[in-house]
Formats: sequence, structure tokens, C-alpha cells
Amino acid sequence: MSGVYAGPVQDLIDELGRLPGVGPKSAQRIAFHLLKVEPADAARLAAAIIEVKERVAFCERCFNIAERGAECSICTDSRRETSMVCVVEEPRDIVAVERTQEFRGRYHVLQGAISPIDGIGPEQLKVRELLVRIEAEGIDEVILATNPNIEGEATATYLARLLSPLGISVTKIASGLPVGGDLEYADELTLGRALEGRRAVGE
Amino acid sequence: MSLYRDSGVVLRTFKLGEADRIVSIMTRNNGKVRAVAKGVRKTRSKFGARLEPSSHVNLQLYRTRGDLDIVTQAETVDRFPNLRTDLDRFSRASAMLEAVDQLAQESEVNRRLYEMLVRALRTVADTESPLVAAGFFWKVLSLEGFEPFLDACVSCGGEPVVAFDLHEGGVLCQSCRRGRAISPEALALMRQILGGQLGAALNEPISAATNEVDHLAGEAMEHHLERRLRSLGVLGQS
Repeated sequence: MSGVYAGPVQDLIDELGRLPGVGPKSAQRIAFHLLKVEPADAARLAAAIIEVKERVAFCERCFNIAERGAECSICTDSRRETSMVCVVEEPRDIVAVERTQEFRGRYHVLQGAISPIDGIGPEQLKVRELLVRIEAEGIDEVILATNPNIEGEATATYLARLLSPLGISVTKIASGLPVGGDLEYADELTLGRALEGRRAVGE
Repeated sequence: MSLYRDSGVVLRTFKLGEADRIVSIMTRNNGKVRAVAKGVRKTRSKFGARLEPSSHVNLQLYRTRGDLDIVTQAETVDRFPNLRTDLDRFSRASAMLEAVDQLAQESEVNRRLYEMLVRALRTVADTESPLVAAGFFWKVLSLEGFEPFLDACVSCGGEPVVAFDLHEGGVLCQSCRRGRAISPEALALMRQILGGQLGAALNEPISAATNEVDHLAGEAMEHHLERRLRSLGVLGQS
């Protein structure tokens, strides 16, 4: 579907149409909205996009998002414990773990998970960088917080095999039932793990 | 439009939007089906771990007008927990799922292929055999009409045979040789796999010959599909 509109408008629609979740119709709607807004508002959006691409890159230590050429706010926070590292797949997972307020160490972002079918193996992930950090930062506990799906668990298994000979504590986050859910709807694998990881109650 | 039921093996999943996935499923009665599983990526999804690659499930699907059906219910038939915790098994299973995903056509019923996949996955989960993926590949290739000729030299009928060539579709003797060399042990294993003694071949412990057969099976499958299988080699060394 190309070119009903003249040059610049069509270019804008095409570019917007490449964004995730934005189809041709939505792209058209956003484009026409942008044509109507004050020039200053449009310029602010354009400037924000340019700024984020210029200034933001990955943290040099943990591969979280950070200002270009610097470390992220978590790595530079002196109140954080440096001996503990939580390994996650994506920067978005850091946000999820942070929301729990249960973890006071640093992170390491792998930037993906092992997925043979997509051609992604350990070499495509930030695994070597993790090994370097363990040595250099005196890390003695690694918490594996990859997604509990088949790729994430293969990644956790791979890392566990790689890390446990180093004589550090390697743990994986527990999996079980979501709080507020119904037992009846739990799948066998999850419920099985919840039983396996049961805890003593009372004293 | 309408609801239908089927059982199938999840071959592959793709993220869709915020919390959904597209799942590609090798079904028993409907060939390969691509369907949307809504909300599977949420922690409270009713599907939970049931719709992950390698899961064997009973499904209820909703047929839409478009290309993609919608999964409305899923119930586990077989689950293979050790595929999730054992990298060798995981990579063998990945290679098989990838090959089936390439081979199977949408809405073209192929019950043999479905049954072979289910059996092969059970074997991967239950045994340590290094030849499951290779055995599966060779069997699938013969189902597809590409059974290599192993009795004598393809070109002159002579013996002993020393080489295997994919273009010739079989083994070759010293004077006709082309393709790659094949050891007598590997040849014996291939004859077992294709000659109705798969069980015996699967009991073979890992050796140079099993690696050779495994390698050859991967090459043959890639040759047949006319594309690379990405699962092969990614975890080859681990």
C-alpha cells in the first residue's frame, strides 16, 4: 500500500507503521495528529527521539540501559551490595525485580536467552562478560532470574553448569503459583514445582 | 466461526504484541496449525507452561477467517520436564522441532509425521541415546521419499562401499567415490536405523560412529529442506 499522500506525509506514515503494534491505519491516524499539533510539541517529540538514541546505550558493566559511555544508576549506587548479582534476560526484567524491593545487589543483563531454533547460543549473549565480572568484582552469589520458559530455563541450566565449578553460590528463582490465582487452573508443571518447593509452615 | 479439537506438538512460538504468542503446532488431524494464544506470557495465564515448544497437548481452537486460529483451551498429554533442564536433550529436541516446522505444511494432514515426532520426543526424554535426532531425521527423510540406498554402490553396484553422497542418494564404492567418507561402523548404524532395527541403534552409546551418523543426518535433512537448520551446532559443544 503506497503513496496516496504526498512525499513527507507518506514518509511519516511509513516510519510510524514500523513501530511495534502500529498498523497502517494507526500510523495514518498518528501522522494526521502530528500534522495538527503545535510545531513546538512535534519538535519536542522529535528531539526526545534523537536524544534517546544519542545519549542512551548499554551500561558498560551490566548491560542495563544507561547513558552512553557510563554505568547505569544501579551499578553506580554505592548502597548496593557488590557481592551479589542477579542475572536477567532483558533490561525490562530489572524493572520487574526492582519493583519487589527484595533485592539489593547488582544485575547482569544477558540480552536474550539460548534459543537454538533462532540460532542464539551462549556466544550471542553476554555470558563471557558475566564470567569476567565474577572474577573482577569478587562476586560470591549469582541469582539466575531468567524467564521460566523453555529458553530461559535452558539458559539457566547452561549458566549453572558454567558457574558452579567456580565455587560461588548459584541459585535460581523459585517457580510456583501466582499469588491470587486458583489451584484449579494451575498447569501440571507449575503446580508440580510448587509442591516440590513447598515450605514448612508454623515454627 | 467454529471451534474444533485436536492434539498436537508445539513446534515454535513467536511473541505477539504485549502478552500473546503465535504458536506453531504440528497437529494430528489438521496438519501444521498456526494459532494465537492470548495472554500466555502473563504470569496468571490459564495456559501456563502448556504451550511451550515440545509440549504435547490436547487443544481446543477457534477457527477464524484469517490465517491464524485462536487457542481457547489446552490440556497436557505429555510433558517432558527434563528437556528443560538438560541441554543435550533440549538441543536434540530443538533440532527435531525445527525440522518438522520446516517440513510440515499448513492444513496438510500428515499423521505419520505427527506420530513420529511424538514418539521421538518421548524417546529423547526417556533415554540418553545420542542417535534419537539422527534416527528421527533418517526416518522422516524416508517418509518424504528420500531414503538413501545403502546396500551397495549406488552407481555400479560394487562393494565395499566407502563414501556417502547426498546428490547420488546413497553409498559409493572406492572407484566411484564422491561426497564424504563413511566408516563401516557408521554405515552399520545407518543400515540398522533404516532397516527396521531402530531400537538396537538407539541403544548404542556415544562414539565416533554415532557422531558421524548424527552429522550425516543433519546434513541430509538440510540438503532436503534446502536450508540450514539453526538448531544444529548452536549447542553442539556443550
